[in-house]
Amino acid sequence: MTTTIYVPIDSAATSVGANAVAKAIVAEATKRNLEIKLVRNGSRGLLWLEPLVEVETVEGRVGYGPVTAADVAALFDSDFLTGAANAYSVGLVDEIPWLADQQRVTFARVGVIDPLDIKDYEAHGGLAGLRTAIALDQSAIVEEVLASGLRGRGGAGFPAGIKWRTVMETSADQKYVCCNADEGDSGTFADRMLMEGDPFTLIEGMTIAGIAGGATKGLIYIRSEYPDAIATMNAALLNAREYGMLGTDVLGSGKTFDISVRVGAGSYVCGEETAMLESLEGKRGMVRAKPPIPALQGLFGKPTIVNNVLTLASVPMIMAQGAAAYQALGSDRSRGTQVFQLAGNIARGGIVERAFGISLQELVQTYGGGTRSGRPVRSVQVGGPLGAYFPADGLEVAMDYEALLAAGGMLGHGGVVVFDDSVDMAQQARFAMEFCAKESCGKCTPCRVGSVRGVEVIDKVINNIDRTENLELLNDLCDLMTDGSLCAMGGLTPMPVLSALRQFPEDFQK
Amino acid sequence: MAYAVAPWSLDAGQAVLELLPTDERIILPALQAVQHGFGYVPKEAVALIANSLNVSVADVHGVLTYYHELRTTAPAPITVAICVAEACQATGARELVAHVGANLAPVGGRSDDGQVDVVEVFCLGNCALGPAALINERLVGRLTPKSLESALADTRAAL
Repeated sequence: MTTTIYVPIDSAATSVGANAVAKAIVAEATKRNLEIKLVRNGSRGLLWLEPLVEVETVEGRVGYGPVTAADVAALFDSDFLTGAANAYSVGLVDEIPWLADQQRVTFARVGVIDPLDIKDYEAHGGLAGLRTAIALDQSAIVEEVLASGLRGRGGAGFPAGIKWRTVMETSADQKYVCCNADEGDSGTFADRMLMEGDPFTLIEGMTIAGIAGGATKGLIYIRSEYPDAIATMNAALLNAREYGMLGTDVLGSGKTFDISVRVGAGSYVCGEETAMLESLEGKRGMVRAKPPIPALQGLFGKPTIVNNVLTLASVPMIMAQGAAAYQALGSDRSRGTQVFQLAGNIARGGIVERAFGISLQELVQTYGGGTRSGRPVRSVQVGGPLGAYFPADGLEVAMDYEALLAAGGMLGHGGVVVFDDSVDMAQQARFAMEFCAKESCGKCTPCRVGSVRGVEVIDKVINNIDRTENLELLNDLCDLMTDGSLCAMGGLTPMPVLSALRQFPEDFQK
Repeated sequence: MAYAVAPWSLDAGQAVLELLPTDERIILPALQAVQHGFGYVPKEAVALIANSLNVSVADVHGVLTYYHELRTTAPAPITVAICVAEACQATGARELVAHVGANLAPVGGRSDDGQVDVVEVFCLGNCALGPAALINERLVGRLTPKSLESALADTRAAL
């Protein structure tokens, strides 16, 4: 009998030895004359268990992790091919409470299927959303996305359906769908994991967007720091074309849509939608003033739907299961699920997809299990390098767009970075300015110059040089950057700085 | 990032540009194609690209100097890009950079034997398994000074 074994090919898993484990499993099975089928799946998102090996049994998939190549012989000795328990065993993966409690919608297939097998994709509900969309007219698709309440997952939280409707209603000889996969926020990796673990979902979501908006051409802008995601997306696009999912007759509908991958070149600000469009046009990634909005004049001046990977990847499920099912999840004006990413100094890091409204405390303590170092949690940064720092006793905030805003933070792309009590928050505030100075596109003076001055002023505060005056100057500077910058880079850099200053003033006076 | 590259010549550069698909005959993809082919963007390539795309030398120079990853000198055979963003800072990236700086080369520098360039990068998307680095195109995680040294030794051995 052939046993199916899963070893993730996700780059987080391979970064800690999954390729060597896979190789060792094949070698060991050959040596023992056992028949196995090795599937390289995406990661289930339980990253502290990586490399997580799964064995298909009649009861379900039994997990073993973390496993190293040196452990493989022992795994075979302990009869893991039958799902037997041993020192590495984590039981039935679907029943691990950490995973079982989640509401996986966008990430439903990630880690479950073979990322490049379109038949496997279809067997797990893939293409159902696209088939539904093909049977509808453009405005009915847009209405469905509007009714779902889906908002932009890149950080801005703008209703996706409104962008789509604007593009649909604007006539032009060419329209585009541009997927923003320039996931530059530290603490976020969901776009990467989705592209590596379930790329057809993104292709399907973009195709639905194209049909709805009347666009025939899609571009995915992937950051160069993600070589594996680039390779997987390119391979998936080839398979999708061969299968008739893309091209001049999408699934036999007579509609045209195709997608290409473009690669970034190491610029954080290119994750801002207008800078990304400039970069896609081959230029410097300089932010554009809005208006005109990209939905009217986007790529090469044409109407363009610009959405994040997770936004587009949520659409197939919405179309397949109906807007009502998605809209039923969430809190207040944040509908559906958010793919939270637990990162930094955290015991159980990874992907937690839950309906909006879960508390930060539950994410950090219940799911995350506190710090990896075992020391007390001191600070948590939510929403990437432009997001606020929360103190350990301030984690009872609901994770939705409005509640976080009210608490002086922002959701961003859903990243949660945990620091233990060894962190120096004055250095973190300084880093926020330093990062802005390095990554500013240079268009707005408050951002380009203000960030450099910000580093200097924080240094003076830390070194107790004219403290009161310099603190006042820092606050002034932050106001100016917030009000005087075109995009979030300069506009939100003050958020981590001021939250660190407000919550951890003791770190600024030594 | 370093990989097997061809020696630069104007003819070889021209050949690379001619391979660009029609919709990638724009500045950034042209520069990336040259860097992919030769490991860096030689000075001569700027005028070549400008001429080939019918844009000004200043435009090409502007794009070349904007993006962190585009380079105008040949890289070492191995590039180690260490993540220095927040999530990796929380798990010891600063200490790792200090160790590498003391034992191999500082950020922006090259090792004494000329084999390794050390650069910093802001996030590699391995934020739950930090500190992380990219050695050429291979992502490594849960790094300690020792495990980074052994990963580098593996890469050196495979050169």
